[in-house]
Amino acid sequence: MTDDTDGMVSLMMEEAGAPAAVPAAADDAGTEAPAPIRMRARDVNVFYADKQALFDVDIDLAQNKVTALIGPSGCGKSTFIRCLNRMNDIIDICRVTGSITLDDRDIYGRDIDVVQLRARVGMVFQKPNPFPKSIYENVAYGPRIHGLARKGRELDDVVEHSLRRAGLFDEVSDRLQQPGTSLSGGQQQRLCIARAIAISPEVILMDEPCSALDPIATAKVEELIDELREHYTIAIVTHNMQQAARVSQFTAFFHLGELVEFEATEQIFTNPHDQRTQDYITGRFG
Amino acid sequence: MTDLAEPRLANAWQDADWTKRRLRRRYRAERRFKAYGIIAVAVALGFLALLIGSVIAEGYPAFVRTSVALEVDFDPKVLGVGEAPSRDELQKANYGKLLRESVFAAFPEVTARKERRKLLKLVSTAARFELRELLVDDPSIVGTTQRVWLTASSDVDMLIKGSAPRDVPEDERRLDDQQIAWIDTFDAAGFVETGFNGEFFVNADSREPEIAGIGGAIAGSFYMLLVTLVLTFPIGVTAAIYLEEFAPKNRITDMIEVNINNLAAVPSIVFGLLGLAVFINLFHLPRSAPIVGGLTLTLMTLPTIIIAARSALKAVPPSIREGAYGVGASPIQVVFHHVLPLATPGILTGTIIGMARALGETAPLLMIGMVAFIVDIPGGPFDPATALPVQIFLWADSPERGFVEKVSAAILVLLAFLILMNAVAIYLRRKFEIRW
Repeated sequence: MTDDTDGMVSLMMEEAGAPAAVPAAADDAGTEAPAPIRMRARDVNVFYADKQALFDVDIDLAQNKVTALIGPSGCGKSTFIRCLNRMNDIIDICRVTGSITLDDRDIYGRDIDVVQLRARVGMVFQKPNPFPKSIYENVAYGPRIHGLARKGRELDDVVEHSLRRAGLFDEVSDRLQQPGTSLSGGQQQRLCIARAIAISPEVILMDEPCSALDPIATAKVEELIDELREHYTIAIVTHNMQQAARVSQFTAFFHLGELVEFEATEQIFTNPHDQRTQDYITGRFG
Repeated sequence: MTDLAEPRLANAWQDADWTKRRLRRRYRAERRFKAYGIIAVAVALGFLALLIGSVIAEGYPAFVRTSVALEVDFDPKVLGVGEAPSRDELQKANYGKLLRESVFAAFPEVTARKERRKLLKLVSTAARFELRELLVDDPSIVGTTQRVWLTASSDVDMLIKGSAPRDVPEDERRLDDQQIAWIDTFDAAGFVETGFNGEFFVNADSREPEIAGIGGAIAGSFYMLLVTLVLTFPIGVTAAIYLEEFAPKNRITDMIEVNINNLAAVPSIVFGLLGLAVFINLFHLPRSAPIVGGLTLTLMTLPTIIIAARSALKAVPPSIREGAYGVGASPIQVVFHHVLPLATPGILTGTIIGMARALGETAPLLMIGMVAFIVDIPGGPFDPATALPVQIFLWADSPERGFVEKVSAAILVLLAFLILMNAVAIYLRRKFEIRW
């Protein structure tokens, strides 16, 4: 995998050039104010054994923006998001080509430590998957293994801060030692978000974070995503087009492994360029 | 689908008769299947009850032992020692003569040489060692007369416990009419007693059924399982973790996997041959020793444990792994912090079941010389020893009638250990199980 991409790195560097630090004017959702690009994907192809799942995908993730990935089932949006923190490495038969950079460094490069990468690019999964440990331990685990906080007061603070930011602290403050799996589905998902932000990632990837939740829990998580945007760069895969419209500033529409359209959310939902996008968002297929 | 089926389908649920018939047929099929299941379980339980029942019926007399009381005059002259003998002197004194004199004294009317010899058959030949033990423990009884309870011979033991019938013709009996008469008079006088046979659990093997015990075999099995556990658990679990979590999936690991599965199915006697060739002939480890038995059983148990541990690891949901990788845990951290704790109950269960299989294994031990007749209890894994199942095999091979009950009793002890180990496996599984 690395062999394929090494050539790409140098090529990408030239192309990316200097504009990595465009001043951020990210105050208002929807405006086209240029934000610095944190992650850049170019010509990404993904293969599962011989089957190609993604074809030449180019996407940028802008700082403090939410980028939504939409598309019908099996279109490759989850596959793509899992490339961004190299989660696909776990799958033996999966092969990724092309280049993906984080702050202009190729994340598939030889000099990148994948463990550190995953700490910088956190992930929240489709099904809430808290560890079968206490609520406290769920959040404290990341900071502990990365040595981000000393045991005791400091770690307690990190846990509380993360739970607060995930909007969960008030609900669980009196039962931090109970198993994380005893929480409701929505709480579990927010616990997973707290777990992800406890290691202060720069980018958070969310793979259909609300698909297993009821509408009320979904609303809470959506609200949370909007708040988190202030501190993080977020990419979210969703099946729910209203959700994409509500929470994101940029939307990418995938179809059959191809990136059909990648635009500001407003643009996609009001005036899509491609007929397929038009059909999908109006519910004619998918 | 076809035109013919169309009307039937259309009105199917309106046709009460048809519905009822179909329902009845379905219920009948369900009842029939349930009956088959119950019959199968009943047959299995029946055979189990038969097996255990027959073993218990055959084996329980072995837990009871007959003793006879003799008035023993600890005469220094008979013993061939001085008035105040030293410990060393007492060790070497003539206890055979003491025993003979004591037996003859109990039946003063018997004087003929031939009859006296028959008289001696009533007490175990091991009784003289009991006398020695008594005297070495308390030298002050030299010169006094004491009533001493001594182990009866196996023939008397069988007779008293009813294992040897009295109503068969005299020449087919081990004891003749006269000997039975002696025993009966002795019994009537209160000089014969049966009691719990604690010696059975602490003694080692012997040629005399009445004093043969499984203590040596238990110690041998213990050392052997210790060696096996100490080797298989770390090696097996490490191999399983590596193969399951870290090894690249390629032709070599595929081949290793296939071979592990094959090894698990290799007949155990083959492992015995391997052990003989490698550990004894090549490494010159002592023959008949638990260390070699343990090493051989390690080879035999390893595939089982690797397979059990791998399936336990595989059963850990991938979402836990993803969650851990997602917060930036390294592969080692994922395995040791998350996967292994969840797989522990399965791994422990697999290990204990592997150990239980090793405990019951006989064939490979025959190949490495653990069938030897060993009368000492092994003091360590390098001492010659035998193992429980081999002891059963040895006794089952013995011609003496007295060993029959020993075989069943040893089987009971072996089964008790196996049940205990499986119970521990269940307990550990419950204890370490993490629900989510």
